[in-house]
Amino acid sequence: MSDQGYVVTPKTPGIVAGRIFIYGLLVLAGVYFLLPFLVMVLTSLKSMEDIRTGTLISLPRQITLEPWREAWGSACIGVQCEGIRGYFMNSVRMVIPAVIISTMLGAVNGYVFSKWRFKGSEIIFSLLLIGCFIPFQVILLPMAITLGRFGLAQSLTGLVMVHIVYGLAFTTLFFRNFYVAVPDDLVRAARIDGAGFFTIFWRIILPLSAPIIVVTVIWQTTQIWNDFLFGVVFTGGETQPVTVALNNLVNTSTGVKEYNVDMAAAIIAGAPTLMVYIVAGRYFLRGLTAGAVKG
Amino acid sequence: MASLTIEKVSKSFGQVKVLKDISLEIQAGEFLVLVGPSGCGKSTLLNLIAGLETITSGNIYIDGKVVNRVSPRDRDIAMVFQTYALYPNMNVRKNISFGLEMRKVPREEIDRIVKQVSGILQIQELLNRKPSQLSGGQRQRVAMGRALARNPSIFLFDEPLSNLDAKLRVEMRTEIKLLHQRLGVTTVYVTHDQVEAMTLADRIAIMKDGIIQQFDTPRGVYRDPVNSFVAGFIGSPAMNFIPCKVREMGGEQGVVLRTEDERDFSLPVPPEAGPLGEWVGREVLMGLRPEFISDSIPDLEDNSRAHEIQCPVKVVEPTGADTLLFVNLNGREVTCRVHPDRAESPGKDMKLVIDMSRAFFFNPETGERIRD
Repeated sequence: MSDQGYVVTPKTPGIVAGRIFIYGLLVLAGVYFLLPFLVMVLTSLKSMEDIRTGTLISLPRQITLEPWREAWGSACIGVQCEGIRGYFMNSVRMVIPAVIISTMLGAVNGYVFSKWRFKGSEIIFSLLLIGCFIPFQVILLPMAITLGRFGLAQSLTGLVMVHIVYGLAFTTLFFRNFYVAVPDDLVRAARIDGAGFFTIFWRIILPLSAPIIVVTVIWQTTQIWNDFLFGVVFTGGETQPVTVALNNLVNTSTGVKEYNVDMAAAIIAGAPTLMVYIVAGRYFLRGLTAGAVKG
Repeated sequence: MASLTIEKVSKSFGQVKVLKDISLEIQAGEFLVLVGPSGCGKSTLLNLIAGLETITSGNIYIDGKVVNRVSPRDRDIAMVFQTYALYPNMNVRKNISFGLEMRKVPREEIDRIVKQVSGILQIQELLNRKPSQLSGGQRQRVAMGRALARNPSIFLFDEPLSNLDAKLRVEMRTEIKLLHQRLGVTTVYVTHDQVEAMTLADRIAIMKDGIIQQFDTPRGVYRDPVNSFVAGFIGSPAMNFIPCKVREMGGEQGVVLRTEDERDFSLPVPPEAGPLGEWVGREVLMGLRPEFISDSIPDLEDNSRAHEIQCPVKVVEPTGADTLLFVNLNGREVTCRVHPDRAESPGKDMKLVIDMSRAFFFNPETGERIRD
């Protein structure tokens, strides 16, 4: 990316006032968006006693980590009281292969659709793109039947398959658009040098793809981790992902509603996607614009 | 080294015919330049020779063998691209050795070749750098090094100098010529720059609209163009085209030039310039290079083909060694090349000498040269 030039503006009172207004507005918006999260964190650190007597945003009188321990290891989901730990691990076991496989296939697809076009490849690409616009709900029933035929109903493997297939449209689109900006002459030069389809991919194209791999991995991780609908439909009991378990945890009533445990569980369930953004967010923006601006 | 024969090659992209019945032949060691305006099909022809595109009909022979269906890697060619196409993730050494590695050349042999090639091109100090750390000229050298390393039987160049600045372009041009003289490898070079074409080529193929207009030596295309397109394309500044009516002048044919201030000058046409007998009373296009409308012509005394005219100067453009004058003849802007000391200032009258033995005449409808 090229350096951004700075425009030096004179500091007249009007401009200063404008700046104060802009920053004030931004801070206000920031507070507005962060407030719910703050409430979640505060609530998760309070005891039930504390919650009943205090207000929504009052600080905990005594910080307790008990709700977190409970949410993780002993909260009741349905009839089982083992917390969300197992379901969290389900999600991890689902996300890792689904993200890796859909990203890899997307990379190869994008490579073909940009550098090895064949008769009809544009049509196939367009058809694939339709996948980006199909609502989840539409494919639920046919997908359930298909998984059943394959003997993958109610299994984590089945869910991984669903996410790979559903993610392929997006990952292909990402990689294809990125590779379109990679000069064709590189592939031609490599072909004359004697490299074949996969050698060119491994040795020339893939090493250039770091920005778009980061984008795709973040996108896919977020999508798949946060998915609820596929999880609730295509898995059951032991194999459910954490999003479904969170829902069940909150809806399982054993007399008192334990808001602090609910909040802790919600934060745990949301933490991985948050982490991915914090760690790789910089690359995310860079990668999104990398395809658009050449050089 | 290998000879190259192209036999009635056509190429279509869908309904669009990009190349129509191209035939060319060069001997081993010759330097062929494909030149023409953009969109004439010259790069497509190069890609066909490289095997990066498949031909629609016809045959391509390398060293007498048909290579129509041979893949690029097995054609024993190397190519230098306009964009250099250096692998961005590899350093210079890797860029040069990649092709050798793909061909399973032993390690020690690769090291020896890289050393030799980087010596020839003087890029030894750059071997560990990435392409992004190189200047345009250095990238150009590395791209050539990559091609050299393979020791191919044919070199292909696709406008290799067009991304360089003017000074570097001239330097690299000379270097390419030297390299060819030294190594003697058969070379096909694509450019849109006629100066590059003239300076480098043993043979030039001038292309337009997917057709070869003329295939000849540099001297041949300059001295003996087949049509007004070739005549106008080769030579800098470009040839002047002046519409004239052919008249009978005492047994000979001649043309009349009218200046801006309505003075007429009759110029007899020598028979070697064009047989205009059939064209008396009709209009033709006279082609005159700027260098043959000058302040004086060497050996003027014995040159009965030189004729003087007087006309007002409109614009003066000094280029250093020569000065270009623009005058108006028969309603056309005409460029003349004169000695800087003898150039008149704009608005003044100037005496100019035209060497009619170097005039060409073209059919104004078809652009074909009028010749025996």
